[in-house]
Amino acid sequence: MDSGKKSLDGDLIGVDVGGTFTDLVRLDQTSGAVRLAKVASTLDNQAFGVMNAVAEADSELSRVALVIHGTTTTTNAVLERKLSRTGLITTAGFRDVLELGRRTRPQPYGMKGHFDPIIPRDLRLEVPERMDYAGRVVTPLDEAAVRAAGEALLARGAESVVIHFLHAYANPAHELRAAELLSGIWPNSYITMGHGLLSESREFERGVTAAVNASVQPLLERYVKRLADELATGGYEGELLVMNGNGGTVSASRVVKEAAKTVMSGPASGVIAAAYTGRRADRPNLISYDMGGTSTDVALIRECQPSVSNEIEIEYAMPIHVPMVDVRTIGAGGGSIARVNEAGLLEVGPQSAGADPGPICYGRGGDLPTISDANMVLGRLDAGKLKSVPGSVDINDIRAIFQSRLGDPLGVDAETAAAAVLRMATTRMAGATRMVSVSLGLDPRDFSLFAFGGAGPLHASALAGELGVPEVLVPARPGITNALGCIVADLRHDFVRTVNTPLDDMDIDRLTGILQAQAGEGEALIRQEPVRISKIEATYSLDMQFAGQTHLLQVPLASATMSRQAIQAVFGEVYFNRFRLRLPEIRAQIVNVNTTVTGRRPEVDLGGLIDNAGRAASVAAAQTGSRPVWFDGGGAASGWQETPVYARERLPLDARLMGPAILEQMDTTILIAPQDTAMSDGDGNILVSVGSAS
Amino acid sequence: MSLDPITLSVIQAGLQQVCDEMDLSFSRAAFSPVIAEANDRSDGIYAADDGALIAQGAGGLPVFVGTMQYSTAELIRLIGEGRAAAPDPGDIYIVNDPYLGGTHLMDVRFVRPYYRDGKLWCWLSNTGHWPDTGGAVPGGFSASATAVEQEGLRLPPVKLFKKGVMDEEIYAIICSNIRVSDQRIGDVKAQAAALDVGADRLDLLLGRYGDGTVAEAIAELRKRASRQMREMIARMPEGSWQSVAYVDSDGVVDQPLEIRLKISRQEDRLVFDFGGSSPPCRGPMNSVLATTLSSVYLAIRHIFPEVPISAGAFEPLEVIRPEGTFLDAHYPRPVSGCAAEVSQRIAEAVFATMVQALPDKVTAAPAGTSGNFALGGHNAERGRDFVMYQLSGGGYGGNAEGDGLSNGCSTIGISKAPPVEIMEQAFPVLYHHYALHEGSAGAGRTRGGFGLDYELELRNGEARASFVMDHGRFGPQGVLGGSDGDVNKVVVLRDGESYVPPHLSKEQDIPLQPGDRVWVRTPGGGGYGDPLERPAGAVFEDVRLGRYTPDQAASLYGVMISTAADGAMSLDEDGTSARRAAMASGKGP
Repeated sequence: MDSGKKSLDGDLIGVDVGGTFTDLVRLDQTSGAVRLAKVASTLDNQAFGVMNAVAEADSELSRVALVIHGTTTTTNAVLERKLSRTGLITTAGFRDVLELGRRTRPQPYGMKGHFDPIIPRDLRLEVPERMDYAGRVVTPLDEAAVRAAGEALLARGAESVVIHFLHAYANPAHELRAAELLSGIWPNSYITMGHGLLSESREFERGVTAAVNASVQPLLERYVKRLADELATGGYEGELLVMNGNGGTVSASRVVKEAAKTVMSGPASGVIAAAYTGRRADRPNLISYDMGGTSTDVALIRECQPSVSNEIEIEYAMPIHVPMVDVRTIGAGGGSIARVNEAGLLEVGPQSAGADPGPICYGRGGDLPTISDANMVLGRLDAGKLKSVPGSVDINDIRAIFQSRLGDPLGVDAETAAAAVLRMATTRMAGATRMVSVSLGLDPRDFSLFAFGGAGPLHASALAGELGVPEVLVPARPGITNALGCIVADLRHDFVRTVNTPLDDMDIDRLTGILQAQAGEGEALIRQEPVRISKIEATYSLDMQFAGQTHLLQVPLASATMSRQAIQAVFGEVYFNRFRLRLPEIRAQIVNVNTTVTGRRPEVDLGGLIDNAGRAASVAAAQTGSRPVWFDGGGAASGWQETPVYARERLPLDARLMGPAILEQMDTTILIAPQDTAMSDGDGNILVSVGSAS
Repeated sequence: MSLDPITLSVIQAGLQQVCDEMDLSFSRAAFSPVIAEANDRSDGIYAADDGALIAQGAGGLPVFVGTMQYSTAELIRLIGEGRAAAPDPGDIYIVNDPYLGGTHLMDVRFVRPYYRDGKLWCWLSNTGHWPDTGGAVPGGFSASATAVEQEGLRLPPVKLFKKGVMDEEIYAIICSNIRVSDQRIGDVKAQAAALDVGADRLDLLLGRYGDGTVAEAIAELRKRASRQMREMIARMPEGSWQSVAYVDSDGVVDQPLEIRLKISRQEDRLVFDFGGSSPPCRGPMNSVLATTLSSVYLAIRHIFPEVPISAGAFEPLEVIRPEGTFLDAHYPRPVSGCAAEVSQRIAEAVFATMVQALPDKVTAAPAGTSGNFALGGHNAERGRDFVMYQLSGGGYGGNAEGDGLSNGCSTIGISKAPPVEIMEQAFPVLYHHYALHEGSAGAGRTRGGFGLDYELELRNGEARASFVMDHGRFGPQGVLGGSDGDVNKVVVLRDGESYVPPHLSKEQDIPLQPGDRVWVRTPGGGGYGDPLERPAGAVFEDVRLGRYTPDQAASLYGVMISTAADGAMSLDEDGTSARRAAMASGKGP
């Protein structure tokens, strides 16, 4: 805590590397001034893009107190299988667990599919050893075999190694001993034990998690070191923090040990920014909605806390079981392609035009109608900007394609077809969003939709209407939300311990002891970080079920010292709220005991995200023009309406305006529908009351 | 047509959403692991007058794709004949009678009438696989039953909920006839609550678009699904094709059962003729008509996954009723094998026939067995009885796009297998290995996937092992010159002696003592195309990774691999060319 004090008042930099852009936010803590940068990502070595962004924001690194970084280095490595060569040493008889998976197929229908195990079969070696489910030794560890296996893996070129034994969560002695033996011959520290990241039963999920960790460790370490060197060369003397998928940060020196936790950190930082912005705006319950070019990410935030899951699967048969912000991806984005199927019905997605050729309006040769093109046809996006694109597509070209591919087979004109594309897209996104939010027993009226990403603010009003969510919140800088998430993220450590005991049989003192030990361990870790902390908090929860169930329900605990009766009551309520069922006949079971320890970083003022000096005196003065926009009012109410266009950053802080309106800013367009009203708040957020004017 | 296609598309998505939310609610709240983990359940919406399928959840178990519309139709018929009580709002019927549009007894259907303005508007129904419904063996999969009474409690459609209140008397009768009944209340409540979710969501949908508009849309969507399927069929070549698939035995009489299938394309319809298939059998490998139809539909949907599930999509598929065969069994024929095994053989027959017409679209035969191994007995360490199931997957068939998936789930399921660690926590067993079934993939230009190979030991107490599997006698069929996948193998090791069940894949109540072991190897998928056309490098890679031996590479693929003194392997290209040439000319070794 102390070493960071020397530069407490310096700048903070949050920098997030995405698939296309690297975004940076620099905040001067003294003046509150903000600088932003958006540069192309350099995917081979993300550090170049980061340094370009640092330069673009005129950052003087010697003045910077802290750099917080979100990276997709590990995400890309896993998804593209560009991994370090990794070996596995496992219990005799079980080397194929990573290849067999859990016996499924990629889709419910269609008997085809393909699966590449994360470690190939010739690098998966077995050694005699065996624990039973209670952690009792059935076969002692063959130590000579461990050494031989380690040497064989080194001879085959492995850089990292996983030690993964059955039931190590119940008794890790064999894994610990094997790691000790290996550390004598392994030339680096890339040794991951299966029970190390999450001590939970299920050998496939635990094994894949450990294998992912080992196979991204060298990549992450090299990357972090390269970036730290570049920053140091630029004069930076502070600590580098890296975002984790749980929405917390850890220092670069620690992040490599649990590298798997950085997979999925990009989406998590966006959700953290949403929760933070929502808290300041007095909107504790949010559905975050990040719509980009190829997909849409949705997450749930309740009482300012993003939902966290231990059971994320990042693609088919690729589970990473460490606590991560529960972000669900929907295959609908600006590039989703619309078509009329053999039944004469309209479909939108899941096929996407991607970035290349992309939508027709990109002018890169795309000739299939997409969601972005529909927005162009309907005037929601500025067709005037088409000319600036090299391929120079005309709005009439797009309209003609909508007419021939969609309008003619549907028997409607191009505008009606384009409106139908948006309506279908909204229906699909709403359906998928419902499955992860309101269909979990939540009342949509308690939520606001936090819209960001390039396309989110354009579709948010319609989506909110479809979901029954009354309000949309568009943050000041929808296009750099992830970088903002880095700046505001806290330090965080999650602990999970499997106990699998009926509540009635649970020794409550032991339960309290586990929670307190977890809290103590987390606090110690946070105190070691050379970063300024305002306070340390522990929150507790239990994963519970009724005896005999397999699915878990997370039950928050008010403290580490709750009575059996109180736990029973809370579980009953949480279960009822989710399923509308009470089951007094059946015993409750505690499966996992969880503690999250958060080191709160000092409050960051978001008021400077849009420079107030640039704001106009009145709404009228912020208007830049108007254009006809097509609105779908259902039947006869549908049609073109001349719609004022405003520069969002020029709107006064007390702005209040009625739809229809278009608000434009550098990286997004906000649509205010005819029945909506919009107002600004002190942080420069736009709050849209959906349908309030009708 | 007065409804525009855009409104239709939106209402179609809305109906689908209602069903998907029912599915989600059911599996998350369920107790039965077969429902909660294996998704052995399905939810849907059915027409008020004839039970025709309007929409069904996308994540429902495939084998239920066609069955619930028949069970709903049977309920409507019985109500009309005065043999079932007339519906009232808030009622839920329970039924598991296989002969009334069902599968086996464990698949329990709930049917709820849905009203608008006091009039019956449609039916909501779901099916959930209960862990037990009584009968001779725990779990209901008796391999040697000869009448349905031995398989469990059979329920005609009766109202378990009357005007929203559960009938405790009926429930007491059910609980008195099934095992582990104490947790069933959780499943009953979850299954009923899922229908409540459906009713609430349907209220919203109808309120938004209007009852008349939605009704009109349903009728139109049915026509369009039919049209979509007809267009798919019209693109097929003309002609008719045939195949035969075999069930190892019925579990009682040790001889194979034949499924003979001829599919004819008649303009834009497909006619399925199972004439010549074996007569009804004594053991439990009979299928009831609803399951036979559903198996055809799910196989076709595997081939054309883009056509939505709806009664309209099934209209162009004309299945001639296979009267007098084991695919149309009547009371009291035992049927416990129909949903899990016979259904997959029917699907295999459909694949083997359709691949002749659509070689680029259809795969060689997948493993096609649920691999049901049940172990019931006494856990001495815990002082209580237990019933354990190990269901397992196998290899999928090679296809035009690539090799078959290894250890895929059953054709009729979408379930996850339980982890070894969870099994050992719950039951007194210790697994000795859980591995790829090496060498099992059927050879082909693209090969099948590999099956599973596991062995476990009883640790304490005593237990009886039962098996309802298949493909023990005949491996999953290869196509277009590909070889069959390896067969399913069961070995029981008792007192150090190996015992192989006479029916190979089926047997009931084999007694086990601590230390005895069960060793199972599941089938590999069939190969696709001539193995001699498979790139030698791909064969070498399989050998290098230990999936095939060098001998198998030579005999199956004509690929010669030499092994150096230090164990390093290399591809012998000249030897491979020579051997492949000899094999191709038919003179080869």
